[in-house]
Amino acid sequence: MIEFKDVGLVYPNGTVGLKNINATIKDGEFVVIVGLSGAGKSTFIRSINRLVTPTSGVLSIDNENILGYKGSDLRKLRTKIGMIFQNYNLVKRTNVLKNVLAGRLGHTGTLRSILNLYQKEDISLAYESLQRVNIGEKIYNRADELSGGQQQRVSIARVLTQQPKYILADEPVASLDPPTSHQVMTYLKKINKEDKITTIVNLHFIDMAMEYADRIIGMRAGEIVFDGPASEVTEKTFEEIYGRSIREDDLRGGANKS
Amino acid sequence: MTKQSRQEMTEKTPSIYPVKTKLQITIIFFIVIGFYLFSMFWTQREMVGGFGNALGNMYVVIEKFFPPNLEVIPKVWGEMAQTIQMAIIATTLAAILTVPLALLSAQNITTFKPLYLITRTFLNILRTIPDLVLAVIFVGLFGVGLLPGILALFIFSLGILAKLISETIESVDMNPLEAMRASGGNVFQVIYFGLVPQVLPQFTSFVLYVFEINIRASVVLGLVGAGGIGLVLDQQLGFYNYPNAMAIIILIFIVVIVIEFISNKLREALI
Repeated sequence: MIEFKDVGLVYPNGTVGLKNINATIKDGEFVVIVGLSGAGKSTFIRSINRLVTPTSGVLSIDNENILGYKGSDLRKLRTKIGMIFQNYNLVKRTNVLKNVLAGRLGHTGTLRSILNLYQKEDISLAYESLQRVNIGEKIYNRADELSGGQQQRVSIARVLTQQPKYILADEPVASLDPPTSHQVMTYLKKINKEDKITTIVNLHFIDMAMEYADRIIGMRAGEIVFDGPASEVTEKTFEEIYGRSIREDDLRGGANKS
Repeated sequence: MTKQSRQEMTEKTPSIYPVKTKLQITIIFFIVIGFYLFSMFWTQREMVGGFGNALGNMYVVIEKFFPPNLEVIPKVWGEMAQTIQMAIIATTLAAILTVPLALLSAQNITTFKPLYLITRTFLNILRTIPDLVLAVIFVGLFGVGLLPGILALFIFSLGILAKLISETIESVDMNPLEAMRASGGNVFQVIYFGLVPQVLPQFTSFVLYVFEINIRASVVLGLVGAGGIGLVLDQQLGFYNYPNAMAIIILIFIVVIVIEFISNKLREALI
């Protein structure tokens, strides 16, 4: 369970990232955060694994305030939170299997990992994860030989190998075309349902948010302006969140697959 | 009428660079040209007499140095090997010690600013000392031999390598490192898995390059008493034994070419 209590964040240069955030995300939920760029979606998500640190309030994960964490506490926290990025963030010159094994770093001792002495179970776990996202035949390819959609699937496999309790996805489909975007979102949703991993996704495409989310949180200027089940959301809600009328480029499209 | 409107258009069309930048570039350009013309004028004045003499001396030099006494080559083979060994030892040591220094002087890895500034300043000072000066100092400290040569080469190559590699590190893609950090890796794991694969090809290439430089430099260092083939060359020149010196020069020439060829092939295979 993730609990935001009056969380605020001001960046060193004075920009306000988050303002009075109050939200509770229950285990197993699939939450989509929507908002225009600069609304604080990334800051919200990155606070959870402390890639950024809120400056006020209380943020507790599994009933422990994580804002004071340092060193090994912080690393332990991060091992149970997987993250997916807009630019996949793979090591381009390294092969797919090694990239996926990087998900085990937090579980592996420094010396062991540097000498490439991963446990057998870890390697087979990495391979299974790759098969789950249907990319098992590419394990020895270099990451930069793959297409964008394939790279994002590898990064999903990396997160699966980490066996996290939570998955954070920061604009996972922003660099992909419509069909691949749906493929990636479908995998995320499937993992959420099968492994019961709480998943929080940043999106700015409203049609995708409505299609995949259980719950939608709308943000504007660092504040939560909407929070409710996806079934209650209409275009009107989005117009309120965005503070303007809906445009063509707020939609990803390509969802007519059934 | 149409002419007038076109004139208005040209007034509105912006130039590619801002006026200020254009002015700065123009001034810099003329200053450089000025330096160039001045240096040309000055050196010409110094050189005119010199060239005439050089042509006259050419014949004398050639007569003294040729034919090279190739019989001397088997005798100096040991010293030649020593020179190569000096370069190998110095380059290897420098390549190892470069790793921590380059990391500490890369701004994106060492976010603790004082530490970064200290390492950077230290390396800058290291680089300002010419290799020949280093060799003279170490020969003074340890006496004539291989050790001062190795130390001089080591410090000299450390300065170059750490600079080149820390700059490579600074230009690296930071995204994978963020991903490693987000998955709970510690500093060493983040560096080893996110950073090392990105800089390894450049690192190897730079080490090979510095090795080539060291081979040549170690010959020069020999002249001031730092061991190896340079020392023998200096002695032969000192005895006015020019055919022997010529044979040694040819030997050095061939060895340098062979080593550069090998390291070029290695580099091509790596990148």
